[in-house]
Amino acid sequence: MNKFLGYLIVLAISLAAPLFIYPVFLMKLLCFALFASAFNLILGYGGLLSFGHAAFFGGAAYISGHALKVWGLPTELGILVGALSAGVLGLAIGTLAIRRQGIYFAMITLAMAQMAYFVFISSPFTGGENGLQGVPRGMALGMIDLTNDRSMYYFVLAICLAGFLLIARAVHSPFGQVLSAIRDNEDRARSLGYDIERYKLLAFVLSATLAGLAGATKTVVFQLASLTDAHWHMSGEVVLMTLLGGLGTIAGPAVGAGIIVTLQNYLASGPLAAWVPVVLGVIFVACVLSFRRGVVGELREFLRRSF
Amino acid sequence: MSKSDDFILETRGLTKEFKGFTAVSEVDLRIRRHTIHALIGPNGAGKTTVFNLLTKFLIPTRGSIAFNGRDITNAKPAEISRMGVVRSFQISAVFPHMTARENVRVALQRKLGTSFHFWRSEKTLHKLNDRADELLGMVGLERFCDAMVGDLPYGRKRALEIATTLALEPEMMLLDEPTQGMGREDVELITQLIRKVSKNRTILMVEHNLGVVSTLCDQITVLQRGAVLTEGTYAEVSADPRVKEAYMGKAA
Repeated sequence: MNKFLGYLIVLAISLAAPLFIYPVFLMKLLCFALFASAFNLILGYGGLLSFGHAAFFGGAAYISGHALKVWGLPTELGILVGALSAGVLGLAIGTLAIRRQGIYFAMITLAMAQMAYFVFISSPFTGGENGLQGVPRGMALGMIDLTNDRSMYYFVLAICLAGFLLIARAVHSPFGQVLSAIRDNEDRARSLGYDIERYKLLAFVLSATLAGLAGATKTVVFQLASLTDAHWHMSGEVVLMTLLGGLGTIAGPAVGAGIIVTLQNYLASGPLAAWVPVVLGVIFVACVLSFRRGVVGELREFLRRSF
Repeated sequence: MSKSDDFILETRGLTKEFKGFTAVSEVDLRIRRHTIHALIGPNGAGKTTVFNLLTKFLIPTRGSIAFNGRDITNAKPAEISRMGVVRSFQISAVFPHMTARENVRVALQRKLGTSFHFWRSEKTLHKLNDRADELLGMVGLERFCDAMVGDLPYGRKRALEIATTLALEPEMMLLDEPTQGMGREDVELITQLIRKVSKNRTILMVEHNLGVVSTLCDQITVLQRGAVLTEGTYAEVSADPRVKEAYMGKAA
């Protein structure tokens, strides 16, 4: 029941937040929270370190941007097309990478993501260095004008909540049980009769699709898809967010994303603007050295021990 | 077919070579149905390699393996598990970040056919809880149903592993050194447990503890340098001077 109350409070805060905080910043935060949570599905629950998630985030950003701007699809459909194409890309990359583990898996995903980056930088439809600009926000459900930041915020909130709920459900589903078993002991799961590659692949595709959903939504918010979204820096950043917040916890990656995005925004306007990567690096090292479970992971451990 | 030559598992000329080194050579193994069969031999005799070949974790270089008369030489580990051959591991193989009940349930849930359903609640698995608890009771873990498995002592983990294996109702169980690294009490516990679960089942075990082998096993195969040295009951095998020599070295 306490948990339920906690969720209600979080919901109330997120509903009231745009009254006090700049909505565009909040939307950015939500998109990255969803991105990190999707990434956590494969790293925290699947035990696979993907170093190519920017391909899904950025790929969906470009495709939904193109679908909205050039094809003139309705906003919801444009986002959906972006997310689904990220899923298809995930299926392709996953099929190749899933047979390898550890560093090899990370390297294959990185290599594939770099190839995707090359495609984005050289195709005319992405606008190259300039990015895909002027993506229309359109109307939600054909009647709510999304050019208004506050309406846009609630639209993004609804999408991200749906994404979080799907992730939470997947983690606590029959599939989630098998996935944790595979993460804990792969050989044993195999000896119990599970074709573990297929479970990992499904987790990877789910993760890619939801990362794509985050990227597509971000495009609509900023009306822009750029190379930054698909760059390997983005793949690294999402690892940082997930670890900082707490690997394998439901809320952790969202908290981690919140911390990183807030820091970036805050530092960018101060005297430390040029030092953002250094500050983030120091935080990362401190996190790995002193609180390895991440913010939420340590908190949970503290509560478990005290009560 | 008379009972004495009803073999559940048969290998012919089973051979495994690793880059010029022959770990297992021309092993013909026949495991009679509803017996406990032990695979023993000195260190480096190839016991674990044979074991991994039988459970498909390794692919044989030559030779064939048949289970219930069906060729399984090229089957995958998950496939033979679904056919009814389930293995244990040398180091206790459990899922440490799950509870004991969840460990057993993971084995039970495959039959529901919903294991890919990521949109369903895990509450749909709760109907398996009674069966899971019953299995945990069988191995003396009824008090530990909700315990995180990582925190359980070693002997309990091995008992849990057996409960999880039993959940699949396997026709044949392959146990890789079930009493390795255990104190005397735990050895006693696991020995009794194996005897209990061997009813209407076939068990093949790799075991170092000859005390356990002598009390449990109907048939023993002794391996040496990757080949079968001799076969027979404990009395027959232990009387064989070649076995003593393999273990102790040549008598002076």
